Amino acid sequence: MARAVTTQRKTINTIIAWAIGLLIFFPILWIIILSFKAEGDAIKTPIAVLTSGWTLENYGVVQERSDYAKHFFNSVILAFGSTILGLIIAVPAAWSMAFVPSKRTKDILLWMLSTKMLPAVGVLYPMYLIFIELGLLDTRVGLVVVLMLINLPIIVWMLYTYFREIPGEILEASRMDGASLREEILYVLTPMAIPGMASTVLLNVILAWNEAFWTLNLTAAKAAPLTAFIASYSSPEGLFYAKLSAASTMAIAPILIMGWFSQKQLVRGLTFGAVK
Amino acid sequence: MATQHSRSAARFMMAPAVVLLLGWMLIPLSMTLFFSFKKYLPLRGDSLGNGLDWVGFDNYVRFVSSSSFWPSVITTLLIVGGVLIITVVLGILLAILLDQPMWGQGVVRILVIAPFFVMPTVSALVWKNLFMDPGNGFLAHVYRFFGATPVEWLSQASLQSIIMIVSWQWLPFATLILLTAIQSLDSEQLEAAEMDGAPILSRFYHIVLPHLARAITIVILIQTIFLLSIFAEIFVTTGGAFGTRTLTYLIYQRVLESQNVGLGSAGGVYAIILANIVAIFLMRIVGKNLDA
Repeated sequence: MARAVTTQRKTINTIIAWAIGLLIFFPILWIIILSFKAEGDAIKTPIAVLTSGWTLENYGVVQERSDYAKHFFNSVILAFGSTILGLIIAVPAAWSMAFVPSKRTKDILLWMLSTKMLPAVGVLYPMYLIFIELGLLDTRVGLVVVLMLINLPIIVWMLYTYFREIPGEILEASRMDGASLREEILYVLTPMAIPGMASTVLLNVILAWNEAFWTLNLTAAKAAPLTAFIASYSSPEGLFYAKLSAASTMAIAPILIMGWFSQKQLVRGLTFGAVK
Repeated sequence: MATQHSRSAARFMMAPAVVLLLGWMLIPLSMTLFFSFKKYLPLRGDSLGNGLDWVGFDNYVRFVSSSSFWPSVITTLLIVGGVLIITVVLGILLAILLDQPMWGQGVVRILVIAPFFVMPTVSALVWKNLFMDPGNGFLAHVYRFFGATPVEWLSQASLQSIIMIVSWQWLPFATLILLTAIQSLDSEQLEAAEMDGAPILSRFYHIVLPHLARAITIVILIQTIFLLSIFAEIFVTTGGAFGTRTLTYLIYQRVLESQNVGLGSAGGVYAIILANIVAIFLMRIVGKNLDA
């Protein structure tokens, strides 16, 4: 029996929820609004801001002054590069743990997770030294590897929980029919695992895109992704609200959209499968 | 079921991930441990090549006895504690609200979780300038509209401001996970309690809260691990000034700003131990879940 919900109660819920939702979202909305305002208008009172004219010039200026596209491109390379590299290493590992589990599988999984909990600042100087020694400071290659390593445990975990949901009987049946290990993975497992792998990719691109410790400390001008580029706005000279807003809008828009698509996977990925 | 052949194949397939993570964990960690027992001041010519002086536990003692150590511990606890209380309490309330029937539920959910996807440097800088700036910030305009003097948020109420910014970033996480947990609650149980005349508060206390207990624990543990190491939010707002220097930030300053690697590494070891204490509890819960 469904609970009878009065329209009145539903209306009250709707009003309260929308009010709170808009309040939480407001800072993001405000960034987007200011990014379309002239620099002189952006610092006025909120009402004056809303009634002033709209402009696209900030987006052009941000690109001209600081080669925004380069940093955007760096972010894309770091986020997707580290995710793809991580996937290549994690898929075989997660496959073997899900389908050929041994006594030690659980311990290995938990140990992998524990590497994620190392505070980055504790190994900052060693990483700095290693990067200098290998000539990796301010290179995209170095950061792709580091971002891959910090997210590898999450990739393995997510894939593992998805793989475990695939019934083992199907794999056995294909083996009975004489499929080799390679064929089994390529033609039987992969098609079934694609949704899970897609969500894993989505979540890890988001995490890598927003990573703001190693990207701030191991890059300078050349390999800096958007996180580090935006941080360079922290010492303002003169009027800059509108430009900061334009740069920020472009930096968060792609991930905001991806994030909304990955809500459910987010819960599973970030709680290591403990909440589904 | 598994043959000898597939077992060795499995081990082979696991090797790259295991070896990489082992290296990632052991190499920098043992270097930090090594440096923490050495006098290592790169600006004064100390380098690995010239050999470093062994100083025993000096760095550990000096890190703890420095005048900035205890304030940084207290700052860390206040930030982590403050953010946890705000996000968990509001997260529970929001999750219950979003679980109610309403129009446009999906859209509201999207609005609420959006801040989680904003990169830390953007949210910190935007809050600092667009909202908390005492001259032209949004809040300053609102204060002036009501005839009040704008607050210099990041210098006069620096800790509260940072807690606010970080809470805004993490509230969506708590809400989303608690909402997922609440949706698995059997609604018939609640209806039965309602019909028996249980008031709303006791329904919450005896049915909803116990059901959420595990999810709340997980939210607290995961957030604690991430909050212990927040960096960008402080880096771009106050740079550790005005009493916002956390343990993480103190270590960062020791290592990279004042280039006292030995001292910073000893601090790093403390931070690692602290994080591991939290991690052990999280592992227990996740591990139990694996068996189920």
